[in-house]
Amino acid sequence: MTINAENGSSSLAEQRNLANKKLGFKLVWIVVGSIVFAFALVPLYDVLCTMTGLNGKTNSTATELKNAKVDNTRWVTVQFTSNVMPGLGWNFYPKQASIKLHPGQVETVLFEAKNITSQVVAGQAIPSVTPGIASGYLKKIECFCFTRQELKAGETKIMPLRFFVSPDLPSDVNEMTLSYAFFSADKR
Amino acid sequence: MSTTTVAHHDEHADHPTGIMRWLTTTNHKDIGTMYLTFALIMFLVGGSMILAIRAELFQPGLQLMNPDFFNQLIGVHALVMIFAALMPAATGFANWMIPLQIGAPDMALPRLNNWGFWLLPPAAILLTLPFTLALFGIGDGALATGWTFYPPLSVQGGIGVDFAIFSVHLLGISSVLGSINVIVTIFNMRAPGMTLMKMPMFVWGWLITAFLLIATIPVLAGAVTMLLTDRHFGTHFFDAAGGGDPILFQHLFWFFGHPEVYILLLPVWGFIPQILQTFSRKPMYGYKAQVYSFWGIGALSVIVWAHHFFTAGLPVPALLYFMYSTMAISLPLAVLFFCWIKTMWKGSMSFETPMLFTVGWVILFGIGGLTGLVLADVAADAQYHNSYFIVAHFHYTLFAGGIMGIMAGVYYWLPKMTGHMYNEKLGKTHFWLTAISFNLTFIPQFFLGLAGMPRRIPDYALQFAEFNMISTVSAFVLGLSQLLFVYIVITCVRGGKKASDQVWEGAQGLEWTLPSPPPYHSFTEQPVIK
Repeated sequence: MTINAENGSSSLAEQRNLANKKLGFKLVWIVVGSIVFAFALVPLYDVLCTMTGLNGKTNSTATELKNAKVDNTRWVTVQFTSNVMPGLGWNFYPKQASIKLHPGQVETVLFEAKNITSQVVAGQAIPSVTPGIASGYLKKIECFCFTRQELKAGETKIMPLRFFVSPDLPSDVNEMTLSYAFFSADKR
Repeated sequence: MSTTTVAHHDEHADHPTGIMRWLTTTNHKDIGTMYLTFALIMFLVGGSMILAIRAELFQPGLQLMNPDFFNQLIGVHALVMIFAALMPAATGFANWMIPLQIGAPDMALPRLNNWGFWLLPPAAILLTLPFTLALFGIGDGALATGWTFYPPLSVQGGIGVDFAIFSVHLLGISSVLGSINVIVTIFNMRAPGMTLMKMPMFVWGWLITAFLLIATIPVLAGAVTMLLTDRHFGTHFFDAAGGGDPILFQHLFWFFGHPEVYILLLPVWGFIPQILQTFSRKPMYGYKAQVYSFWGIGALSVIVWAHHFFTAGLPVPALLYFMYSTMAISLPLAVLFFCWIKTMWKGSMSFETPMLFTVGWVILFGIGGLTGLVLADVAADAQYHNSYFIVAHFHYTLFAGGIMGIMAGVYYWLPKMTGHMYNEKLGKTHFWLTAISFNLTFIPQFFLGLAGMPRRIPDYALQFAEFNMISTVSAFVLGLSQLLFVYIVITCVRGGKKASDQVWEGAQGLEWTLPSPPPYHSFTEQPVIK
């Protein structure tokens, strides 16, 4: 690239400027792609979590009870814990700490919630199962966590959960914990 | 801005003088100088913040500040050091050295370059303004979440979080612009005959850094934007009550955050072999192996992010995957260490200040890497996560591995940039003060972490008192010795023994063929590389 003539040099420089701008704009597409990727990760992560049970996510709508074959040869212990998140003036706890059942067997457990404020308050329960690998096998038929719950001032409500553990549960899992966190569902 | 510092360069160039020169400049050397000056100022700002923290931790109990202010200091210290000190310093060197090392007349997109720099001061103001406002009773101070912005804390936090989010946006745009410029420069502006595999290691390091930046900074920008809409516009990206997931933020953040570590380190890994070969007076060992290792580390760095939150409740297969992939990074890194050591092997070594910093760097960064291997182990991490062990670990990688590497580069190229030799005696004093006080600051923190002291907490149990005291005293020595560095740099800019063109006896590369200091417009006619 030895440059002899003046005008030759200027046109070469112009060519290079053009090439630089072109490549610069091409690289902007990588940036745009990364931004799209960042936002695409939100639904992708949800899909991944539902598929793999990552993070202990369970079904948020009712499961149909199909060909439930009760596996009488196995016992599974399901423990229950509860949390009330800051901003929600409720007491909330499971009526029983744990339950022992066969895979496939449908059980109902009860939770009790009490609004200790003097206002009508709405809450939303978010379930999570540990270990994560078991979360796909805990099937809820009916749950207070499928919808918003509203309690009047001082009201106490018994909240039922009907569920079963799928017989496909991996054989090395004999124990799981279902945790509910109750969040305030009022507009802040 | 120190407008006087480089004023003697401009005898034969037609450009505005005074403040307008710096506001409007598109010259790569001017912009590089501004980046480096900005980085140095912010390094001192971030340093004073951490000295306030160390002062609080001098004794158990709360003496100097309330916990909320303490939390603000640690978060802003990290953001300032990473985004406003280390990254601009690396970008400053990129601006100064990449055109000189590849024989280009300037950066490819000079106006973008100017814009990239001038986004930084407003970003730094946004980051630190909440402190100042809080002093006058306005608002509740800066973000108090630590630099990682984890929700739900960051969703609940005060207006300081919004300031930090916008600051990150500006800093992100600035780095992305800088990176696009670097890539275009390297691809389009190389001198004839300068093939990719002939480029100096520093240019290689920056090329990969730039690609990592444009691929991951937008993810961070996206994540903090989601945080912003969660805070103010009723979305539920990270709000579990609305079906979101706080852990998702950790994934997004560290998808950026882990490559960020290598973004900070790769340019420095480029300095090291060049300085080693100069002062060992023999060609660097394993050039190709180093280039491929750079690529390997760059590629691995984007698939290992979840090792930053092993304890957040990931399923076992994911833990195993992230553990093994993280440990896999040590393979290319070991190749690099081997090459660095082999470059010195049987060389006629001399130990001027840049070489002292570099050899010290190899050792200290080695400690940083090995302690990282401990943390990559899922079982061990369960114990050390969020303890002072990790604080010590990442300061070995980012203070020793980052800042001491940058300082090696400063001492190495400062005579080239200014045309004067710095004071060698003071330089060596600075090295020994830094290296010794650095180790005395952070070795106790390894022990504190092993003993179970959690990080980010202003108070601690009595049993940790002695080690914290040692750490605090050494941190103040470390901080004050950096004033010596500032003094050395300023006196070197002002005057001193004239530097020769080659500066160092064994220096190789295009930048050493230019006069010291190089003319305002260099390589207007590109050299031909044989």
